[in-house]
Amino acid sequence: MSQKIEVKNANVYYGMEHALINVSMNIKANTVTALIGPSGCGKSTFLRLFNRMNDLIENCRVEGQILVDGQDIYNPKVNVNELRKSIGMVFQKPNPFPKSIYENVAYGLKVNGIKDKRLIEEKVEQSLKQAALWDEVKDKLKKSALALSGGQQQRLCIARALAVSPSVLLMDEPASALDPISTMKIEELIFNLKSSYTILIVTHNMQQATRTSDKTAFFYMGELVEYDDTRTLFTNPKFERTQNYITGRFG
Amino acid sequence: MKKKEIIVEKFLLVCTLITVFTSAAIIGILLYQTVYFFSEVSVWEFFTNTKWTPLYYVKNYGVLPLLAGTFLTTVISLLVSVPLGLTIAIYLSEYAPKRFREMVKPSLEILSAIPTIVYGFFALTFVTPLLQNIFPQMAGFNALSPGIVMGIMILPLVSSLSEDALHAVPRSLREASLAMGATRFQTSFRVVIPAAFSGIAVSVILAISRAVGETMIVAIAAGQQPQFTLNPFVPIKTATTYIVEVFSGDIEHDTVEYRTIFAVGMTLFVFTFILNNISYFLKKRFQTNL
Repeated sequence: MSQKIEVKNANVYYGMEHALINVSMNIKANTVTALIGPSGCGKSTFLRLFNRMNDLIENCRVEGQILVDGQDIYNPKVNVNELRKSIGMVFQKPNPFPKSIYENVAYGLKVNGIKDKRLIEEKVEQSLKQAALWDEVKDKLKKSALALSGGQQQRLCIARALAVSPSVLLMDEPASALDPISTMKIEELIFNLKSSYTILIVTHNMQQATRTSDKTAFFYMGELVEYDDTRTLFTNPKFERTQNYITGRFG
Repeated sequence: MKKKEIIVEKFLLVCTLITVFTSAAIIGILLYQTVYFFSEVSVWEFFTNTKWTPLYYVKNYGVLPLLAGTFLTTVISLLVSVPLGLTIAIYLSEYAPKRFREMVKPSLEILSAIPTIVYGFFALTFVTPLLQNIFPQMAGFNALSPGIVMGIMILPLVSSLSEDALHAVPRSLREASLAMGATRFQTSFRVVIPAAFSGIAVSVILAISRAVGETMIVAIAAGQQPQFTLNPFVPIKTATTYIVEVFSGDIEHDTVEYRTIFAVGMTLFVFTFILNNISYFLKKRFQTNL
């Protein structure tokens, strides 16, 4: 299998702060990679490299090479909007737009210039089905998305991200604001989405990392400490710091 | 110690009650005099007659010319302040660097610190001659010039409150939109502005209230002739100007002429009261929507 994502010596600075130090990592297509580590360790910064969300932060500087499908996404010629279309993101807190359920999912298509109503309707239905939300909302697509429960809202946000057909899905602690049943549904979803997407997920929850991911990366103080098969990393870590973190001795 | 607490509490209560009482008293007097007025002049005449000459020999009590004057200057001021204010608000909230925004916002608000009498003479002695170069048929007193100047005066109200509303839209909504490949422009116009819509509407409504109640600028630059017209080039008279005129004149109290100002004042009050209630309602909806 070829490498979907290749990171070579990535460094990120916020002003004087060196937030990500010399990180290199390869990620295969159609896998789930969990990013773990204590707060402020750089895992979210790392996640946001791939859709260039760090660009939005003033004084943020990125060095190194980040290749997606062999293409350097920090090349000045890259169209950031096109890039973000191909790399979807789900945020920590469900953040549906204060619009109808339908409009939420259709949004990405519409801002990308798709006007064909039939096509949009098909895509909305397909995305909601992929996000395992269709059966719950198919009769109230015109209702406000804010009327949904937190778990439903988060699945709506996943559907919204899927609608523009990305190939990579970035998830920034997607279940941390949800109850256990909603969390379980999101995890099931991640498992099912793996066949069509390459997924990176930031999580504070070790069990979640072991349940959902193929590979796990442990970050500490801006450095990538250990990156291995999830099973290996959790049962037989090479470094003591990883061992201490996953057994809950700090973090 | 406990006694002191009680005294403080009672003192605060009295302060609060004074405010409530003052409002109630103002409304009470307005209402009393208005009812009195309408026992002598019919409501029908007041709202349908198109002539307002209560101080002349032939008396007409039609409030429409005054309302037309108020309406005209208000609309002109909104045509200036709303588009300009919203543009400024969108730029400051969505595009401007943080430092620039922090510098410009307070300097914009200086506009509302200028006394209205200064604005009035600015309209009369600067803007009117300027406009007369473009529209030679324009009279020395007119609705256009004070309308524009009033628009400048309420500009910071619109831009500042709208900017607050836009700024209150959570960052996460912008991120969600940008992360889907939307441009900054699309994010502003399709997500942020709709989400802040009721907050923006509140700023516009407060601007209307402010324009309707504005007195000094129109009294100085719009003229003293109650005309039932929507022509911005001729002298008119607004409701507030009329009240000032009667008050500063030597009309005897306890006459119908005198009570006209209460009827006019009541009309203005009802109007701004309704507007304020709409804005209160919208504000609440805005807060629950976020």
